[in-house]
Amino acid sequence: MPEANSHHPYAITLDVGSSLANKTGSWRTERPVYLDRLPPCNDACPAGENVQEWVARAEEGDYEAAWRQIMVDNPFPAIMGRVCYRPCETACNRATLDEPVGINSIERFLGDEAISRGWSVVVEAPPTGKNVLVVGAGPSGLSAAYHLALRGHQVTVRDDSPEAGGMMRYGIPSYRLTRDVVDAEIQRIVEMGVRLELGTSVTDLGDALVDFDAVFLAVGAHVGRRADIPAGDSARIVDAVSMLAGLAKGEQPLLGRRVAVYGGGNTAMDVARTARRLGASDAIVVYRRTRERMPAHDIEVREALDEGVRMRWLSTIVYAGADRVRIEKMRLDESGFPQPTGEFEELDADSVVLALGQQADLALVRDLPGVEIADGVVQVDGRMMTGHAGLFAGGDMVPGERTVTVAVGHGKQAARNIDAWLRSATYEHPERPELATYDRLNTWYYADAPATLRPQLDVARRITSFDEVTQGLTAENALFEARRCMSCGNCLECDNCFGVCPDNAIIKLGPGQGYEIDLDFCKGCGLCAAECPSGAITMIRERS
Amino acid sequence: MPVQRIKFYQTGSFAVGNRLLDPDQRSVQADTERTNSLTMGHRACQGCGEALGARYVLDAVMRATGNHAVTVNATGCLEVFSTPFPESSWRVPWLHSLFGNAPAVATGVAAALKAKGRTDVRVVGQGGDGGTVDIGLGCLSGMFERNDDVLYVCYDNGGYMNTGVQRSGATPHGAVTTTTPAGNSFRQGKSLPLIAMAHRIPYVATATVADLRDLEYKATRAMEFHGARYLHVLVPCPLGWRTASSETIQIARLATETGSFPVFEAVDGEVTDVTRIRRLRPVEDYLRPQGRFAHLFGDTPRGDVISSIQAEADRNIRTFGLVETTEVS
Repeated sequence: MPEANSHHPYAITLDVGSSLANKTGSWRTERPVYLDRLPPCNDACPAGENVQEWVARAEEGDYEAAWRQIMVDNPFPAIMGRVCYRPCETACNRATLDEPVGINSIERFLGDEAISRGWSVVVEAPPTGKNVLVVGAGPSGLSAAYHLALRGHQVTVRDDSPEAGGMMRYGIPSYRLTRDVVDAEIQRIVEMGVRLELGTSVTDLGDALVDFDAVFLAVGAHVGRRADIPAGDSARIVDAVSMLAGLAKGEQPLLGRRVAVYGGGNTAMDVARTARRLGASDAIVVYRRTRERMPAHDIEVREALDEGVRMRWLSTIVYAGADRVRIEKMRLDESGFPQPTGEFEELDADSVVLALGQQADLALVRDLPGVEIADGVVQVDGRMMTGHAGLFAGGDMVPGERTVTVAVGHGKQAARNIDAWLRSATYEHPERPELATYDRLNTWYYADAPATLRPQLDVARRITSFDEVTQGLTAENALFEARRCMSCGNCLECDNCFGVCPDNAIIKLGPGQGYEIDLDFCKGCGLCAAECPSGAITMIRERS
Repeated sequence: MPVQRIKFYQTGSFAVGNRLLDPDQRSVQADTERTNSLTMGHRACQGCGEALGARYVLDAVMRATGNHAVTVNATGCLEVFSTPFPESSWRVPWLHSLFGNAPAVATGVAAALKAKGRTDVRVVGQGGDGGTVDIGLGCLSGMFERNDDVLYVCYDNGGYMNTGVQRSGATPHGAVTTTTPAGNSFRQGKSLPLIAMAHRIPYVATATVADLRDLEYKATRAMEFHGARYLHVLVPCPLGWRTASSETIQIARLATETGSFPVFEAVDGEVTDVTRIRRLRPVEDYLRPQGRFAHLFGDTPRGDVISSIQAEADRNIRTFGLVETTEVS
């Protein structure tokens, strides 16, 4: 306290001072703390992308930085933007508010930008002198090769097909994934120094394990599952995987005008839609359960229906003849399993395509000591390693959902662990922060904005050509879409905390630097945490 | 496909600032160089809406006037918590006289500045709802009548909170105070914005601490006028409303979203613009979180009082057109 002073007017005894002397921080029982919570998109991404982070870069209009952030985890942004089933959008908190952010369409835009501008990735790690063999040039193998190359290892990829890409080239029809995109994204990996040996079969893994320091096996699941359908002599029965692969190699499958597709997965949709494009007037999907129970993703089913594909739910094919099939109606029992009803029907069909699932060809590993096979797939541990030391596996040949994105994730995971294994270390996954659930957000602050839809080809052109069905966003649309992101669980520098503090106790550190709490004056009211749009502040109790 | 105009940055215009916005499009409060007219170290309760509202208004006024503003404060929370002798939290010229005479003192300051030829310096009078709608009403009405060149700001927290939460003329219907322990039965009380409009002064506006952009716009707009202007700001009081200190802004938001507190502006006594309700909610959503209305939801729920409060909100919605109608013309 200032001393009394004779210069003061009558009855005034103290000098005037600022309230800054009064440190109100001592009132506090709780303090705000900035934190990063795990956004649901990141949590859901099978490839482990830091979605929220790259969308934030895209929001700033820095598309190259956004693309590079995707490339940290996934070497195929343009492919992802076309074929990923978007678990991120399913998980997106914005869906609760209006519609999910079109993450996939932004990713495609970034991927296409990268291809048209020729952005590439440079290996900065010094060469390790280690050699790794990747068997299979599909999404999983190429992803592993990319991530291993980034870490300085010499990678050789062998595949017995004439071209690289696996199911991305020989399974997914070109109207969903154009081949120039596949070529461009694979070429980028080759340019990083990955050796691609195509048309080369690996027959003996034992030798390979001697020649290489580690082996990643990703041969996929290319063998169509057969069903014993009694068939007449002239019945035409084809399997879906071979048909799609043949088509990709330039063959013209002879399916006729009326095609029955047997199965209810994404491959069944691919086949039916392909048949329409090849001139079939009738493409009928025959599936033994209901639409709700179809393994095919909803968007595939919708697009197939748009293109005039017909569906026969609750039906099995019991006999295939030359120009017709006999189907039996099914009903679902209490456990949801289809049971025969004894009611039969005839259906016109010049051919039957079996899309009943795929199996992995496991001949390579069947006799390898230590390798465990169960349910038709190779078993791996948390490091993606098989029971045989130094032999890792991923993609469709190991347990898990069989999608391109999951395969890419396996490749990354395997690469991290192979890298650690080569250094006689173990890879430790960083701890996952708590999830940024919707109730953590203050959504009042987000302006109302419906999602931007990607244009689609009209149906007439879709069923007469293999042109890409879904088009990309323009730069402006992509920017708009990115800015719909709510940045769940991560500070987006909106200045709300800085603005709403009644005690000026938030210090703004400048662009990209975030904020700090001035604990001398913070009374712990909690307004900053309550009004933080993205849920990036929490209140913790002060210790007494 | 239609081209979508990029009209917002992620959190749109509802957040205080945004790293992607041009600095001149951000709010005054987003600026590290803001005046901080009411700075830290003040003794307002945790989560005080009035401390927040006063800084919002005066920082905007300071920016609008190029830091040429003088403040005259009525007695009340704002005066007491900011200036315990010999400390002051004010970083603006600030004068305090009595409880009921702030509008008259402000008039005098304006007259003195005019006499000295200092037309560049603007005057802001301010006080709580007690000092404004009750004790200072006579002085304020005179200031309006004479059209003195003063912006008067009322920070309305619905009671005499500083002296221990007594009822004021602005205490809402049904609210418990220490002088209305069974709930305020005087219905909605005085609407000073409407009284001010009846004087046909150049500018009258209402705002809340829940919509900073709107509040700053109105404080800035008020400085474009000369003559008597009135700004009525709803500032929740965690102590008197018995809410958590972290709920201050949320409660103010609910007051507007339920129609309990209409947000509008009026020029020359005519309503020229209203802030429409974004997500209309029943008044119960506004009342239930507040301890001062707890008795309405207790063992003997007072459905009659709640419906009468709802009717008052509905009347606001109708009178001011707070909900966008989708009628086909």
